[in-house]
Amino acid sequence: MEFQLSDYNLLLAVPLIPLMGYVVQIFFGKFLPRKGDWLMTLGMFVVMCITIYMFAKAVTAHGGFFHESLAEGGPTFGWLYQSADKEASLNLVAGILYEPLGAALLMVVGVVSFFVHLFSMGYMHGDRRYHIFFANISLFTFAMLGLVLSDNILFLFIFWELMGLMSYLLIGHFSHDPGSHRITHAAAACKKAFLTTRVGDTCLLFGMAIFYYHFETFRFTELWAMAQEAVAANGGEYPAWMTVGGLFLFGGTVGKSAQFPLHIWLPDAMEGPTPVAAMIPAATLGAAGVFLLGRIFPLLSPEVLGVVIAVGAFTALFAATIGCTVNDIKGVLAYSTISQLGFMVAAIGTGGLGLIAGLYHMVTHAFFKACLFLSAGSVIHGCHHEQDMRKMGGLRKKMPITFAAMLICTLAISGMPLFSGFYSKDRILASAFESTFQMFRGANAFAIVGLACAAALTTFYMFRLIFMTFFGEPRDQHIHDHAHESPLPMTVSLLVLAAFGLFGGHVWITGGGWNPHHTWFTHMVSVETLYPGIDLNAMNMIQVSEHNAHLGHSFGLYTSIGVLSLGLFMAVQMYLRGKIDPARVTARLGEVYIAARDKYYIDEVVNATVIKGTMVLAKTQRWVDENIVDGFVLSVGRVSKGAGFLAAWFDKRIVDGLVNLVGALTQSFGSVLRLFQTGRIQQYASFAVAGGLLAAAFLILV
Amino acid sequence: MDRPSQAFYGLLTLLSLTALGWGLRGGGAHGLVFGLFTVLTLGGSLVCIWERSVVRSAFSLMATFTGVAGLFLLLGADFLAMAQILIYVGGILALLLFGVMLSPPDMNERKLPRVIGALLLVGGGVGWVALRVSSTTRSWAVTEELPEPVTHAREIGLGFLHPGKYLVPFELAAFLLTVALVAAVYIARRKKEDLEPRDSLGGQS
Amino acid sequence: MPLEAYLAVSAALFTLGIVCIVSRRNILYVLMGIEMILNASSINFAAFNRFNGDGLAGRMFVVFVIILAAAEAAVALAIVLNVFHLFKSIKPSEVDLLRE
Repeated sequence: MEFQLSDYNLLLAVPLIPLMGYVVQIFFGKFLPRKGDWLMTLGMFVVMCITIYMFAKAVTAHGGFFHESLAEGGPTFGWLYQSADKEASLNLVAGILYEPLGAALLMVVGVVSFFVHLFSMGYMHGDRRYHIFFANISLFTFAMLGLVLSDNILFLFIFWELMGLMSYLLIGHFSHDPGSHRITHAAAACKKAFLTTRVGDTCLLFGMAIFYYHFETFRFTELWAMAQEAVAANGGEYPAWMTVGGLFLFGGTVGKSAQFPLHIWLPDAMEGPTPVAAMIPAATLGAAGVFLLGRIFPLLSPEVLGVVIAVGAFTALFAATIGCTVNDIKGVLAYSTISQLGFMVAAIGTGGLGLIAGLYHMVTHAFFKACLFLSAGSVIHGCHHEQDMRKMGGLRKKMPITFAAMLICTLAISGMPLFSGFYSKDRILASAFESTFQMFRGANAFAIVGLACAAALTTFYMFRLIFMTFFGEPRDQHIHDHAHESPLPMTVSLLVLAAFGLFGGHVWITGGGWNPHHTWFTHMVSVETLYPGIDLNAMNMIQVSEHNAHLGHSFGLYTSIGVLSLGLFMAVQMYLRGKIDPARVTARLGEVYIAARDKYYIDEVVNATVIKGTMVLAKTQRWVDENIVDGFVLSVGRVSKGAGFLAAWFDKRIVDGLVNLVGALTQSFGSVLRLFQTGRIQQYASFAVAGGLLAAAFLILV
Repeated sequence: MDRPSQAFYGLLTLLSLTALGWGLRGGGAHGLVFGLFTVLTLGGSLVCIWERSVVRSAFSLMATFTGVAGLFLLLGADFLAMAQILIYVGGILALLLFGVMLSPPDMNERKLPRVIGALLLVGGGVGWVALRVSSTTRSWAVTEELPEPVTHAREIGLGFLHPGKYLVPFELAAFLLTVALVAAVYIARRKKEDLEPRDSLGGQS
Repeated sequence: MPLEAYLAVSAALFTLGIVCIVSRRNILYVLMGIEMILNASSINFAAFNRFNGDGLAGRMFVVFVIILAAAEAAVALAIVLNVFHLFKSIKPSEVDLLRE
């Protein structure tokens, strides 16, 4: 299957179908049968089919697969023409960029979105704003699909912002429900998510501005080529401004992918409906930040990559420790998501090989994390909206399908060999090892330790979740008695996504055998196919020798299996067999545990510094506004008022006087003239004669 | 006949005789005829103004019209003189008399100061203008020096029928007369509501 | 007789017509005065015609003046009848609706 020009139209339809669906749904959804959910889901099914078809084209392509509609004469969208020359790069002409990474992510988003829609049909049943929910989630999907297909960073940013808005609306979905006890929580959460990601978005905008100032283009292909030229012109070193701009661009990722300082919104986003939780942090919004890193990778200098590694590894470890202490089933998954996103970011930071590993993890993670969230949603649904794991237990028998799906995905996220997560996670650890062996850096070494610990903790807390929820004795008999398996649309979604989680990392598509270092993703996506014509070796990629690569892979494999075993062992001992009492462990850990349980007081710190600071600033500004600005305005007003009085006096006395004088004169003149107006024709005739005579006299005399 | 009328008619007779004599002295027989027609014209109008009875005034106008017809004859316009007699004396005067008959009998008081004042003012004004105008224009020939007048009746008749001359004005005049007569009938006809007894209209304004 | 004699007669007749219109208290006198004025103008036309080449134009004018007078007399008389009808009077001094 070769890529043809007409395929661009299919790709164009991919984001447009949800968009049209949104328009129909927002206006007419209320009046459609079943409030229009079938329409949205059907549209998403079509989208999924298209994305899979297009993905098949990408994955079976031989050689480079890189299609840009601007270069190939596909559909383009001329948006802002700043120059009369239509070809000038100053003009903002958007097109479609379809290459292996985009193909993979597009397929992921299409599949996950469809199943989230399908799941929502069951989960959101009976919601007061059911049709609005489907409209919003549809527009969110549109934004994500558009983001993946954008060929320039400006349009990526526009869709990025649209996703921010839609996440605000979706997280705050329950804030409109007057009967919900979560109304204030949801409102606060959506506000928090919006404002926190806005910090990152502003950084991204700054970064875009810096690069546009120097390169005068937004197109990714041109940005890459120009970056290469700029680095070459600078003697193989990145110019300082590119480091600054790269840091700003990375700020966008920090916001959207919930990295360390700005991660606080993601746990709160769990206030939204569970399908939203699956959609936003796991499959799309969080992935968008990683995807952005993949798109801008050639622009990032080694210094920026060092920061990226440090932030990513720290986030992975930090969130994983919190994840071990959370008792809310969705909360565990939220911190797990942050941790996994940290994995991806750290992997990308390690350089070219890690880049592929991180993006690979993004793809596999999207499947199993979406499945995990939906499973959690299924559990919550089955337990009548109880989210506390301490009240669950023994649900294995009650919800076998949910249990099976969740177990598969837990194994996947833990990195169990032959499950999808293993392939990507193993590669991440391997790339961290090999880059460290090749060129030792503090950040890389920290990344190895942090990621390994985080991987162990991931296994631990995920199995803790499984054991607490599905195994053991029911802790709350009432909930256990009323628990039930979810309806068909939800279980179907779970099973299909679990299948993707199980097989998503496998290799048979390309006939690569069982070699874990030759999966479909690595077959499809490589540095050469991602950035054709760009020599990353001369830029920011660490060239790894054969020996070090082999060594790194071995270490990565052993480490990942080792940490998996360790985490699994600990979880089994503590929560399945009860050999180790968790309470004693927490008591031993003491302050560390309490700090982790309280999320390391990040929210409190933010409250005390950023929010308080903002409030103080706002109050100061308000004082200035009230006392200085308003005072000035009021004094201006007083002066105007005085002038107005003067003007009024002048108007009344002088102008009106003149007018009245004229009026009075006219009136008196008229009353004189009225004497002549007797109405008697004889008098009029006399006047006529007199006038005629006078006229004759005038003619004669003059 | 009251005394003012006696005086008026006496004065009028004296003036007429003076005019006749003045005409005879200035123009011989022709002047005498001119004086006679002048006396008829102006005397008729003077009597018209003087008389208190409308009927008398109307009849005195007959003298005026006849005098004007005579003057037309003297000016060689025989057709005009005939038309004057025919239309004015025969038509318009009859109409006036109809109007007199249809209006209530009304003996008007004389307003001699008003009449004399108006006479002096207007006459003085008109005379002054005429004098000034005649003094600035060229002197005209007298009647005796002009060629003998010939009849123009045939020329006038042909002029009315000739498209290049007066056909259009003639037709327009005919149209005007038709419209005027229809309008007169329309205006004068009694409307239905007029048959009802009505209150005084003065209070309405 | 010279032209001026005719013009003088015409002017006198015109003056008397004006006086007739202005001085009498009966609307019929107004009509009579108008006839006098028209006659005065006819005399002028005829006289000037005679003393200025004896053409056709002046006479034609007189013919039209006579026609006009006839039309005017008919309409005016109808108006007089109507006025009498409306005001129960034919005194011009009492017909002063024009004032309003």
